[in-house]
Amino acid sequence: MEEINALLQGFGVALSPFNLLLMFAGVVLGIIIGVLPGLGGANGVAILLPLTFSMAQQPGGTTSAIILLSCIYWGALFGGAITSILFNIPGEPWSVATTFDGHPLAQKGRAGSALTAAFTSSFFGALVAVIMITFLSPVVAGFALRFGPPEFFSVYLLTFCAFVGMSGGNAAKTVASMMIGFALAAVGLDSVTGTLRLTFGFTSLLKGFDFLIAVIGLFGIGEILETLEEGLAFKGASARINAKVVLETWKELPRYWATSLRSAAVGCFMGIVPGGATPASFMSYGLAQRFSKDGKDFGKGKVEGVVAPETAAHAAGTSALLPMITLGVPGSPTAAVLLGGLLIWGLQPGPLLFVEKPDFVWGLIASMYLGNIAGLIVVLTCVPLFAAILRVPFSIIAPVIIVICAIGAYTVHNSMFDVWLMVVFGVVGYAFKKLRYPLAPMVLALVLGDRAEENFRNAIKGSQGDLLVFFSNGLVGSLTGLALILLFWPLIRALWRGLLRRGSRRAA
Amino acid sequence: MEKEKQRSAASVRAVEIGVAAVVFLFGAVVVFDSHRVGARWGDDGPQAGYFPFYVGLLICLSSAAVLASALRNTALAAESFVSREELKMILTVLVPTVVYVALIAFLGFYVASTIYIAYFMWRLGKYAWVKIAPISIGVSVAFFLIFEIWFAVPLPKGPLEAALGLN
Repeated sequence: MEEINALLQGFGVALSPFNLLLMFAGVVLGIIIGVLPGLGGANGVAILLPLTFSMAQQPGGTTSAIILLSCIYWGALFGGAITSILFNIPGEPWSVATTFDGHPLAQKGRAGSALTAAFTSSFFGALVAVIMITFLSPVVAGFALRFGPPEFFSVYLLTFCAFVGMSGGNAAKTVASMMIGFALAAVGLDSVTGTLRLTFGFTSLLKGFDFLIAVIGLFGIGEILETLEEGLAFKGASARINAKVVLETWKELPRYWATSLRSAAVGCFMGIVPGGATPASFMSYGLAQRFSKDGKDFGKGKVEGVVAPETAAHAAGTSALLPMITLGVPGSPTAAVLLGGLLIWGLQPGPLLFVEKPDFVWGLIASMYLGNIAGLIVVLTCVPLFAAILRVPFSIIAPVIIVICAIGAYTVHNSMFDVWLMVVFGVVGYAFKKLRYPLAPMVLALVLGDRAEENFRNAIKGSQGDLLVFFSNGLVGSLTGLALILLFWPLIRALWRGLLRRGSRRAA
Repeated sequence: MEKEKQRSAASVRAVEIGVAAVVFLFGAVVVFDSHRVGARWGDDGPQAGYFPFYVGLLICLSSAAVLASALRNTALAAESFVSREELKMILTVLVPTVVYVALIAFLGFYVASTIYIAYFMWRLGKYAWVKIAPISIGVSVAFFLIFEIWFAVPLPKGPLEAALGLN
């Protein structure tokens, strides 16, 4: 019951008029960001992060700042559904499964029900995930208080190995992308030895690469370049939504309670694993199709086919914050940017946050409940307004977005060099995206690089260079072991299947 | 004419090989520099290059794997990475963007942004100047109000702002 008390105090923090205003502002901004091409949760938050620097210095300001930024995240998650359903353009990878049934529904003139179903199930998924965070995060944080450098490094190792083994893409490309992130994080002054690394005499490189610039370039400019190829016009269904449609859809939704619960569970579980939102949405769409009695009609415009991926994607997107606040390991690129924000504001994400800054943590958790309610209200009432944004011609919206990205990149350190870097990252992002190098591992490595290296150094310093320190006790040993299993998961699965096949052949 | 536009400007295989080679070089640079600052065990713990050395090594290994598989996979040579038309489109955006960033240093953020948005609307949207002028200037004025006044985040300014006394 301790959690309930702490949560109530959190509500006290989050319910101040200023914070409520920020919540609505964040959600509206987030939806706009989610709807616009080239802007998504990760780079939207990255661009707006510098604007919170001064806010975070006031007393209680860090809580307000995180409320603003996390609400932008929720808004962006909601916004992704709008473009998927009305325009058949998935704004984020985890909205792809929403287009399968959402767009056919819109074409049949049932855009209103599709949107209502998407928003309501998003809200439900997020709610389940926030409840899980409320009760599970103090436990995880308490457990992690016993962690030393070897344990923290093996948690990072676990995160990165999960990317390689679970992403399903080309493992070599995942490793390459991730290691580029680590290498870029190492550039600049090494804080332990005071040595300059990888600067080659360029003074602009002394500070190193800021992950915010990378995020803005990779996801913002890169995406604009990619969108250009597909042509300049967006053709969309009209977005009429009224109280009658909403109520009718709400009457229909309880029928899909099994799908909702299953998808929320899949989402919560997968969200804790990095990069989990996309597989979670596909997986729960597939499961819903298999278990539904009219599964064969999926893909032709079933409301249930919208409920499943949206619930899972939101549950996953929300639970990605659980490892971020408890362990300092973000579960998604946007969570990585939020984590970077915490570091910039001078907070150390990780188990100690619960002990040292309970106001901040519980204010954030309370704002997750309120922010999602705010989000649901805003999207249900203002969908046509947001859909109208996509009707602004691309030749106007594209330069405006690039200007916003440039301003965002400049304001991080007030440096023109960063704006140039952003352009370079944009070209890299375009090439990498088209060649299917995953970008999320690079961003995560760039954010976590210094911390991972620091923990690695401290761990092997303690053991005099013996790498077996990562197996030195049950806790760290099982973390490292699990990491290795995840790393070689595709191989293990192939071997296992081979064995099974041989076994069944012998039995026959 | 249509066919000419559809023609591939580069195959997936060529770009895959090119990118993998660049990534390999990057990894080699990391390995080289880490070795220079010391990648071994120092007096009081690992030297500065210890961690990046292995990171660089992994970059080289993984990009070599990508390179090898692209070299073996000749089917990729038939796949188009980008058509001429698409490449032209991308360059019509990328080149002005580079010019825009260069202009910021001379004209300041706001004037450069106005010119950039106006150029885009004229070149890609084929709008009339009656529409271009109010939109491009309006957006920049809005940005000025938001960043300079509301958020108090100063952006680089140029001769126009100096003449207007807005510095």
